[in-house]
Amino acid sequence: MIGGMKRLGGFYGISVVFLLLPVIFPDNYYIGVVGAFAGLHIILAVGLNLLIGYCGQISLGHAAFFGIGAYSSAILTTRYSLDPWLAMFAGMALVFVIANIIARPVLKLKGHYLAMATLGFGIIVNIILVQSQNLTGGPDGMGDIPVLSLFGWTIDTDIRWYYVIAIVALLTIWFALNIIQSRPGRAIRAVHGSEFAAQMMGINTSKTKVNVFVFSAVLASLAGSLFAHQQSFVSPDSFSFFFSIELVTMVVLGGMASTYGAIFGAILLTYLPELLVIFEDYEMLIFGGILMGVMIFMPQGLYVGVSQKVAQFYKNRKPAQKQAVSEA
Amino acid sequence: MLDQLLQFFITGITVGSVYALVGLGFAIIYNASDVVNFSQGEFVMIGAMSAVTLSTMGTPLILAMFGAVIVTMLVGMSLYKFAIKPAAGASVVSTIIITIGASIFLRGAALLVWGKDFYGFPAFSGEDPIYLGSATMLPQNLWVIGVTAVLVIIVLWFFNHTLLGKAVIACSCNKVAAQLVGINVTRMLLLSYGLSAMLGAMAGILVAPITFTSYDAGIMLGLKGFSAAILGGMGNPLGAIAGGLLLGIMESLGAGFISSGYKDAIAFTIILLVLFVRPSGLFGKKSQERV
Amino acid sequence: MSLIEIKHLEKSFGGVTAIGDLSFQVDKGIVYSVIGPNGAGKTTLFNMLCGFYRPDQGEIMFSSDENYPLHQMDTDKIAASGISRTFQNLQIFFNMTALENVMVGCHLQSSCNFIQAMFRTLSVQREERQVHQQALDALTFCGLQSLATETADSLPYGDLKRLEIARALASKPKMILLDEPAAGLNDTETKEMRELLRRICDSGVTVLLVEHNMELVMNVSDQLLVLNFGSLLAQGTPEQIRDNPEVIQAYLGGEL
Repeated sequence: MIGGMKRLGGFYGISVVFLLLPVIFPDNYYIGVVGAFAGLHIILAVGLNLLIGYCGQISLGHAAFFGIGAYSSAILTTRYSLDPWLAMFAGMALVFVIANIIARPVLKLKGHYLAMATLGFGIIVNIILVQSQNLTGGPDGMGDIPVLSLFGWTIDTDIRWYYVIAIVALLTIWFALNIIQSRPGRAIRAVHGSEFAAQMMGINTSKTKVNVFVFSAVLASLAGSLFAHQQSFVSPDSFSFFFSIELVTMVVLGGMASTYGAIFGAILLTYLPELLVIFEDYEMLIFGGILMGVMIFMPQGLYVGVSQKVAQFYKNRKPAQKQAVSEA
Repeated sequence: MLDQLLQFFITGITVGSVYALVGLGFAIIYNASDVVNFSQGEFVMIGAMSAVTLSTMGTPLILAMFGAVIVTMLVGMSLYKFAIKPAAGASVVSTIIITIGASIFLRGAALLVWGKDFYGFPAFSGEDPIYLGSATMLPQNLWVIGVTAVLVIIVLWFFNHTLLGKAVIACSCNKVAAQLVGINVTRMLLLSYGLSAMLGAMAGILVAPITFTSYDAGIMLGLKGFSAAILGGMGNPLGAIAGGLLLGIMESLGAGFISSGYKDAIAFTIILLVLFVRPSGLFGKKSQERV
Repeated sequence: MSLIEIKHLEKSFGGVTAIGDLSFQVDKGIVYSVIGPNGAGKTTLFNMLCGFYRPDQGEIMFSSDENYPLHQMDTDKIAASGISRTFQNLQIFFNMTALENVMVGCHLQSSCNFIQAMFRTLSVQREERQVHQQALDALTFCGLQSLATETADSLPYGDLKRLEIARALASKPKMILLDEPAAGLNDTETKEMRELLRRICDSGVTVLLVEHNMELVMNVSDQLLVLNFGSLLAQGTPEQIRDNPEVIQAYLGGEL
C-alpha cells in the first residue's frame, strides 16, 4: 500500500523530533550547535546515499561540491557584494554545470576506477582552493562572510541557524523519500540491480546515473553555502579528502539504500567525535576501532542491521500477525 | 633545460619507486582477497617510524630495518586476521570502510606511541652528492631505486617461479578450487598481507632519510600508491610498478616545469584522463560481463 | 507479416566468428524458437537483437508501428520500440521486492520525471497507483501474485525465472525474447512454463525463444531455426526440423 501516512510515517516522526528538540532542551550546545552541524551532514548524507546506496555508484570526492558551494557563496558575497541568496543559487548553478560535465565520463567507469576518478576530482578541487590565493584566500581561508537574512529576519543566532538548517534537511529528506517511491527512483535502483536489465526496460542508465550524481552534488552545494554563512568563514581544510571519506562513512555506517540509515549515520558521525573528545589522545584510536567493529559485525550498516533484527524478532514472536509485519 | 629534465627525472624515479612499492602492495592484497587496503600507507609509516625508534635505541641500521619490517608484517597479518577475515563476504563498500577504519586506528596508535613529532633517519651511506652531468643525486636516491628494483625482481620471481607464489595466485583465482588441491587459503592470505606490509615498510624505511616521517605520513602515500595501482590496472603487479614510476615522474615534471603547488593536481588530472581513455587502467584487463 | 527481418548478419569476436551471414524472418504473433548446440551463437544473436552488441555486418529490421533498424539503436531505444527480454543469467533486481521488479518493467508505460517525483505531484500519485496495478496484473498473469511483497533475493529459482518474464511483459511489448526460460526447471515447472509461453503468445505478443529443452521447444513452437557454428542449418516447422537429417546429425544425435 502506498498510503501517505504509511509511507511518510517515519518522516513525520522525525520532523516532530527535529523541530521540538530545541524547545525541550533550550540553550543546549549539543542540540543547538552540534545539531545544526548534524543537519548539514544529513543534507549531504541523504543526497549521497541516493548515489551510493540506491544507485550503487561510489563517490569519494563529494566534499568538492560542498566546498564549491561554500566558496561560491563566500567569494560572491565578499568580493562582489552579491546578495547571499543569489550567490547561493549561483553556487548551485555552477555545481550543476560542473557535475554534469564530469559525471558523464566519470560514471562510465566502474568499481575502484570510479572511486579513483571521484577521489582524484575531489583532490584536484581541494588543491585549486588552496592554491588560488587571490580568489580564495588560499590555505588561510576567507572570513567576514555576511549574514544570511530571510525577509529582514537575520539568521545570526545558533537557534535561528538550527531551524533554518533543520527545515532544509527535512525538505531534503522529503525529496529523497518521494523520489525513491516513484518511477525515477525505481530506475535509479534498477541501475544498481542490473544495468543490462534496466536498459532493457527502457531506462537510459547513463542519464539516470548522471541525474543522481548531479542532484546529490547540488544538494552538497546548498549545504556548503549554508555552512559558509553559518560559520562566516571558510577554509580548504573543511573540504578535504577526509571529509569526503567521512561522508561515505556516514552513508555506509547507517546502512545503504536507506534514507533513515543515512540520517542515522550522519547524526552518529556528528556526535561521536564530540563524545570521544573526552578520550583525548585515544580519540583517533577508538574512532577507528568503532568503524572497524561496526562494519565487521554489522556490514549492512547499524540502522539497517538493527531494524532488520527488530523486524525478525517481531516476525518470530507473532506468527498470526506475520502478514501485517511483512508489508512494513 | 635538458639538465633540468634529468634532475626532475631522477627525483621522479626516486619518488616513483616508493609509489611503485606501495602500489605493488595494493595489487598483491587486491589479487589475494579482492580488498583495496586503504591502510596500505600506514604500513609505510609504521615501517619508517619503527626503524627510527629501533635505530635511536642503539640498534645497528640493518637490524633496525629488519626489526621494523617484522613489526609491520605482524601489523599486516593482524589486519587480515582480525579485520578482513571476519568480514569475509561483506560488500566492496563495507570492506573499504573497514580498511579506512583500520587506517584511522593505526594512525591513532601511532599518535599514542610517537606523538605528532617529525622523525628523521640517517642516510644509509652518507650524504655526499653524486654528480650526473649537471644533475645532483644523493646516495639515498640510489638506495631507493636500487632496493626497489631488487624487491620487485624478488616478488615477481616469487609469484612466477616458486610453488608458494603460485599457490597464492591460485587462491586469488579461485579459493574453493585452491582449497580442494590442498592449499591452506588462510595461510596464503596471511602471507600476502605480510608480503604487502613488508613492501610498504621497506618503502618507508628507504625514503625516511629523504623526507621526514610522522604519524600521518602514510595518508598521502597510501593515496598515491592506490592511484599507482589503478593507473597501471588494478590487480596487475607490473602495472602497479609502472603506474608508480609514471606517477612519480609526472609529479616531478609537473612540479618542476609548471608549479610545485599544483603538482598533485596535475598528476591526478592525468590519471583521470588516462581512465577516461582506458577505463581499466593502462594494463588492466577489460572485464566483459556476460549476459 | 514479418515482424523481424534479419539480413546477412555477421559478428566476430577477435577472429572467432560467432554469427556468419545469417538471414531469416520472424512472423508476427507466433512462437519462434532458435535452437542449436552450445556456442552456436544463439545468445550472441539475442544480444544483437537488443542492442548489447552491434553487428559487424548486416541489418535487423523491426516492423511494428514504424520500421526500426535495431542494428543501429541503443538498448533503451530498442526497448521503447516494443521489444523486451529475459536473460540466460538472471538479471533480477535483487535489491527490490518482486512487485517493485515488475514496476520497473512499467517504466515505458509511465512518464513521471525527476522533478515531479521530488514534489510528489498529484499526477505522480495517480501514476503510482496505475503502475502498482499494472505490475500486479503482470504478476497475476504469470501466477506470482502471492509473492508480490517478497524481496527478490528470498525467492526460489523457478519463481525468479517467471518473475523476469512478468517484468518483461509489464512493458506491454510487441515481441519478447526469452533466453532459456526453462533452464534449471524441473518437470512440473517446465510444464507450467510451456503453458505460460502459450498464454503469452495468445495474448498477442510474438515470442522469440532460445531453448535447449527439446520437448518444450517441439511442443510450443510454431517455427524453428537451427543454428550451428553461427550459421543457419535449417528452418521450418517442428515436424520439418524433427525429420531433417542434417539437424539430427549435428544436434539431435539421431534420436527424438
